[in-house]
Amino acid sequence: MADEKFDAIIVGAGMAGNAAAYRLAKEGLQVVVIERGPYPGSKNLSGGVLYGRVLHQLIPEYWKEAPVERFITNEVVTFLTGDASFNIDFKTQDFGKPPFNGFTVLRGKFDRWFAEKAEAAGAMLVPGIRVDKVLIEGGRVVGIAAGDEEIWADVVIAADGANSFLAQEAGLRERIPASQMALGVKELIGLPRQVIEDRFHLTGNEGAAHSIVGCVSGGVTGGGFLYTNLDSLSIGLVMNLDELVQNQLQPPEILEEFMGHPLIAPLVKDGTLLEYGAHLVVEGGIEMMPRLYMDGMLVAGDAAGFSINNGFVVRGMDLAIGSGIAAAETVIEAKSKNDFSAQGLSAYPQKLEASYVMADMHTYAQAAGFLKNRRLYKAYPEMITKLMRQIYRQDAQPKKHLMQELLKSLKDSRISLFDLVKDGYKGGRTL
Amino acid sequence: MKKMTVTEKIAVNKYELDEGHPHIVVHEEACRAKCKNLACLLVCPARVYSEVNGKIMADWAACLECGACKAACPTDALDWVYPRGGFGIVYRNG
Repeated sequence: MADEKFDAIIVGAGMAGNAAAYRLAKEGLQVVVIERGPYPGSKNLSGGVLYGRVLHQLIPEYWKEAPVERFITNEVVTFLTGDASFNIDFKTQDFGKPPFNGFTVLRGKFDRWFAEKAEAAGAMLVPGIRVDKVLIEGGRVVGIAAGDEEIWADVVIAADGANSFLAQEAGLRERIPASQMALGVKELIGLPRQVIEDRFHLTGNEGAAHSIVGCVSGGVTGGGFLYTNLDSLSIGLVMNLDELVQNQLQPPEILEEFMGHPLIAPLVKDGTLLEYGAHLVVEGGIEMMPRLYMDGMLVAGDAAGFSINNGFVVRGMDLAIGSGIAAAETVIEAKSKNDFSAQGLSAYPQKLEASYVMADMHTYAQAAGFLKNRRLYKAYPEMITKLMRQIYRQDAQPKKHLMQELLKSLKDSRISLFDLVKDGYKGGRTL
Repeated sequence: MKKMTVTEKIAVNKYELDEGHPHIVVHEEACRAKCKNLACLLVCPARVYSEVNGKIMADWAACLECGACKAACPTDALDWVYPRGGFGIVYRNG
């Protein structure tokens, strides 16, 4: 391998790396994907719902062959207090028709398939190798080193995930502060198919995606998620890392509390733990993005900070695929001009800007800031559940009109009308 | 569901143990001199870290490789790299 020179080395066989490898290999470029896990996906963890329309563009009707779990037809946002919940529950059969809005996926299976697709297209896959560093000559990335081996290429695509040590080492990004990172912890709970379908009112391969806001995250910015797979549930929490430390909280304890909550426990009842995992999420948005390219190198996926959480949906995988494709197309153009300098790769951010990837990063640029609002986790869940309780409660006392009850519940939860209008306006503009 | 300890949860996972090759090294001087919040003890979802006689120990074999400890460490006292290729946590599902 040492004597060969590739057109491109891709570090990391996740969503971004595999998408880039597939696109490049289809174009006939010599590309090698290096993965540190024993097989693609073995180091990867997601919630996870793949909003897969972009993958459909790359691999038409991918769901017919890919190991997807359930197509999501039910999206639920829950506001949870200690003893009550209020749901925004949206169901549509439209999301159950091709090309489908989103699928639950398990990365240990899915990424393996995706990498095999890239291999079948002509990419070389090298698993079980940890890339230690990028090789830099005269300020230009010329390859990678793994142990004693060096591999050379015109361009390196760093798709090495949220920790992206390669982007840091190449000087493209600083260490990300804990305040801009969230820790995701997840349990995979095995349950019979029929139980899942009955419990979540699903028919066949329909699936549900729940995000849960309120008392679940121990008071720190974050929330819970629960997704249905074919015969398992993915359930967990995403919590701001810095606030965990500030509040002296331990993720395993918050997770136990969440799963033992009287309104969550029945959903996982009688389940068997199949796997326990954790992963970092870069939440800083545009401000935390690294420089995306330099002489001989591009950064894609989580490594580039492409993630969006607007409270309703958490996205990363679709943005990773989109950025992987943009990186590949940039390399294809660079190859045709034989210019892999920063100048030659400068089309990358332009391609991203022209696509939904950066468009959505801009649209939701303020979402993370909005979601730091403390009222979202305590006051609003309390307010809405109090209001609903008053609406439904019949206690042989005279009832009041809705407006009076609303004002009272706001007052009880210490939310001023000004707060409500301001938060409503901000929420409407940032989410 | 039956409550499980973190150790029991970790035991369900698959690992390829790289014996004799720790991928986490705690630099005692930096760790002891400046750390006020013991962030690693708090944030690690696998409870890799423990304090023994005032010294932070890392039971690296249980590591889920998320990187939370390194990101949260206030003193940069953790020499934390990914395990060697092929070793460490192996997510069968992910």
